[in-house]
Amino acid sequence: MSLPEAMLAVLWIGLTAYVLFGGADFGGGVWDLLAGTTRRGRPQRDLVEHSIGPVWEANHVWLIFVIVLLWTGIPPVFAAIASTLYIPLTLAALGIIARGAAFAFRKVSVEIWQQRLFGATFAFSSLATPFFLGTVAGAVASGRVPAGITQGDTVSSWLNPTSLISGALAVGTAAYLAAVYLTRDAQRAGDAPLTEAFRRRALVTGFVVGVLSAAGLVVLHADAPALYSKLTSGSALPLLILSVASGLVSLALLMWGRHLLAVRLTAALAVAGLLWGWGIAQYPRLLPGVTLQDAAATDTVLSASLICLAVGAVLLLPSLWWLYATFQRDHPQPAEQADGPTHGDSGT
Amino acid sequence: MSSTALMGDVLSAAEAGGLGAARSQMALSLGWHIIVACLGVGMPAITVFAEWRGHRTGDVHYRLLARRWAKAMGVLFAVGAVSGTILSFEMGLLWPGMMGTYGQVIGLPFSLEGIAFFIEAIFLGIYLYAWDRLPPRQHMLTALPILVAGVASAFFVVAANAWMQQPVGFQMRGGRVVAVDPWEAMFNPATPPQTVHMILAAFMVAGFLMASVYAVAMLRGRRDRYHRLGFLVPFTIAALVTPVQIGVGDWAAHFVADNQPVKLAAMEGVFDTARGVPLHVGGIAVDGEMRYGLEIPRGLSLLAHFDPDAQVAGLNEVPARDRPPVNITHWAFQIMVGCGFALLALSAWLGLVWRRRKRLPGTRWFLRAAALSGPAAVLALESGWVVTEVGRQPWIVYRVMRTSEAVNPASGVVWGFVVVSVVYLVLTVATVYVLRRLARDQPVPIAPQERDVAEFKVV
Repeated sequence: MSLPEAMLAVLWIGLTAYVLFGGADFGGGVWDLLAGTTRRGRPQRDLVEHSIGPVWEANHVWLIFVIVLLWTGIPPVFAAIASTLYIPLTLAALGIIARGAAFAFRKVSVEIWQQRLFGATFAFSSLATPFFLGTVAGAVASGRVPAGITQGDTVSSWLNPTSLISGALAVGTAAYLAAVYLTRDAQRAGDAPLTEAFRRRALVTGFVVGVLSAAGLVVLHADAPALYSKLTSGSALPLLILSVASGLVSLALLMWGRHLLAVRLTAALAVAGLLWGWGIAQYPRLLPGVTLQDAAATDTVLSASLICLAVGAVLLLPSLWWLYATFQRDHPQPAEQADGPTHGDSGT
Repeated sequence: MSSTALMGDVLSAAEAGGLGAARSQMALSLGWHIIVACLGVGMPAITVFAEWRGHRTGDVHYRLLARRWAKAMGVLFAVGAVSGTILSFEMGLLWPGMMGTYGQVIGLPFSLEGIAFFIEAIFLGIYLYAWDRLPPRQHMLTALPILVAGVASAFFVVAANAWMQQPVGFQMRGGRVVAVDPWEAMFNPATPPQTVHMILAAFMVAGFLMASVYAVAMLRGRRDRYHRLGFLVPFTIAALVTPVQIGVGDWAAHFVADNQPVKLAAMEGVFDTARGVPLHVGGIAVDGEMRYGLEIPRGLSLLAHFDPDAQVAGLNEVPARDRPPVNITHWAFQIMVGCGFALLALSAWLGLVWRRRKRLPGTRWFLRAAALSGPAAVLALESGWVVTEVGRQPWIVYRVMRTSEAVNPASGVVWGFVVVSVVYLVLTVATVYVLRRLARDQPVPIAPQERDVAEFKVV
């Protein structure tokens, strides 16, 4: 594997992590939006808040990671995407601000009207942000971002059939992943009605995402035939099959209502298969007429960054593991009784 | 600046409406983020210090302060994370010309910053949310990665900015970067003074801002131990940093004098190259000369080069199109230096009284001044960045690429700026509102973020 390929692979791993973790946080916001009236939706909203509160900032860093690797590894591609697609990217950035800030504000708000206002902002931006990011993916996939600075059409590049279906798919995927994760969280909390509610939501959105994916293939066939033919033949095909199979297994498990922990894995596999299928189908053409080799940074930059990332991963992965483990564990007794003044305790 | 030059500026700004909008948008979002980022770097250290004192002495006031600050940190870190994300978007949205060509040269510090930020976010999640799940000592230890990663993040990001001031470590051929030494680029000559200056600034801003809140409370009559400690802990930390910062600022200014003479000339309003150049305090540049200012003979030569007869290059050394806006740079520099010395005087005031009487100065004027110390530190911070960034104009990469060559030529950039401004206005109002509510809330929850214990009343 050449250095540019290694960099692209790391970038795609980062993107996958962002979709699987950050995507689910957005999905949590979508369920917050659909939870119903203040009183009826309270248990759902509480679960969403409790589940994503400690982790969303760490999950969000994957996006920054992807952006930085784009400009470090394939700078002209980053410049082309960011300049031509500045409208959906600006909207996504504003959505990110609204989502994160409103979530934090709601958490510390005590009055109902504030919680409603911030909650609505959080929920709506959780819906809008993945949509705009999805349109960006669709623009790149359908070859509508030419090389160079702002060389593409700044409107039709992201308002087109492939982008719209990708945007919808992004929202659907986020909601689906969130529902699957939350089902298990509710089960762990021992809340049977909530488990059942999210299981049903996971089932319905899983079905919707499946239909959207199929529709996406039809759209690709008409709108981006080159990508379609590579996706449905050759090296990308196994990944597509993996994705479909995992999706079907997830639906079956959800219908059965057992092994809710395993569904997390199969649901994630279905999404990852789709992402990697797209990546492999498009490889090595990043933009029309631009291959990885044309766009890649110099080897010194790639090797220095990859080494730093490898060292960073040694620090990061155990930390991430600890973060998730801390909050996936069942709530233990408080470590110190009420953490009140402990006059006798000066053992440091 | 001459009126004709001013006219030219206005005309070219009108032509390149996109450039003005892009620069304003960047200034707004960076200027906003940097305040929160300072709190993100400085606040965890101050908070965990209070937590540690509380644990050591069993003094409940320290513990309450630590919890109160941690709760505010939860809000500030969230808005810091998202307002920082938009910056990484904007690097490409607004400056694709720079990033497409030089993105890889500054890629390494940004990759490292990504890792540091990741660690910060992970451990902040643990520190804030696992307060009641971990034993106190382990809990305090989880703050250490936040402190280290926060300072490291500041270092890496400012190192990338330093490269824009002193671009080294790459070779070009035919408009393309063909060879890069990413380490040389990251450790460019401007990196040491700029990063140290910024990291110290972060602690000053965080300390003085936090102290300001309690100074206001004390002025309103709440002078109990809780409020006195809430004032003293952050204020002392910031006050200790201030004299060091002034020395480092001098180092940074010498660096600019030696390596970015045009920027220095703009900072000081020097038009003609000469020996024994006076220092201008105040003053406005009109028609190619400084007017209405106080002149300290030979002051600039002495300060910039330790020699009263040293030669100082003037703005006229370079053609008008290569000069930064003089008045903005000059005044921003004066404001920064003025705020710095005012904060030093305030710190010394407390230090002297404390040494003799072991208490705060008795006059209300001290608290009034201390209430302004936070805003003054922020003003110094913002003016410092104005000097750095406006003083580098018209270059985005000093003497390598013009800002006008880097900007996104799309016509809608102006509208983007309008929308972003509205969003930031709302964000500012909401953040200030929420923080004020937090400061007023009476019950302090035991764990700063957990809803299930949020009703717990400690006082």
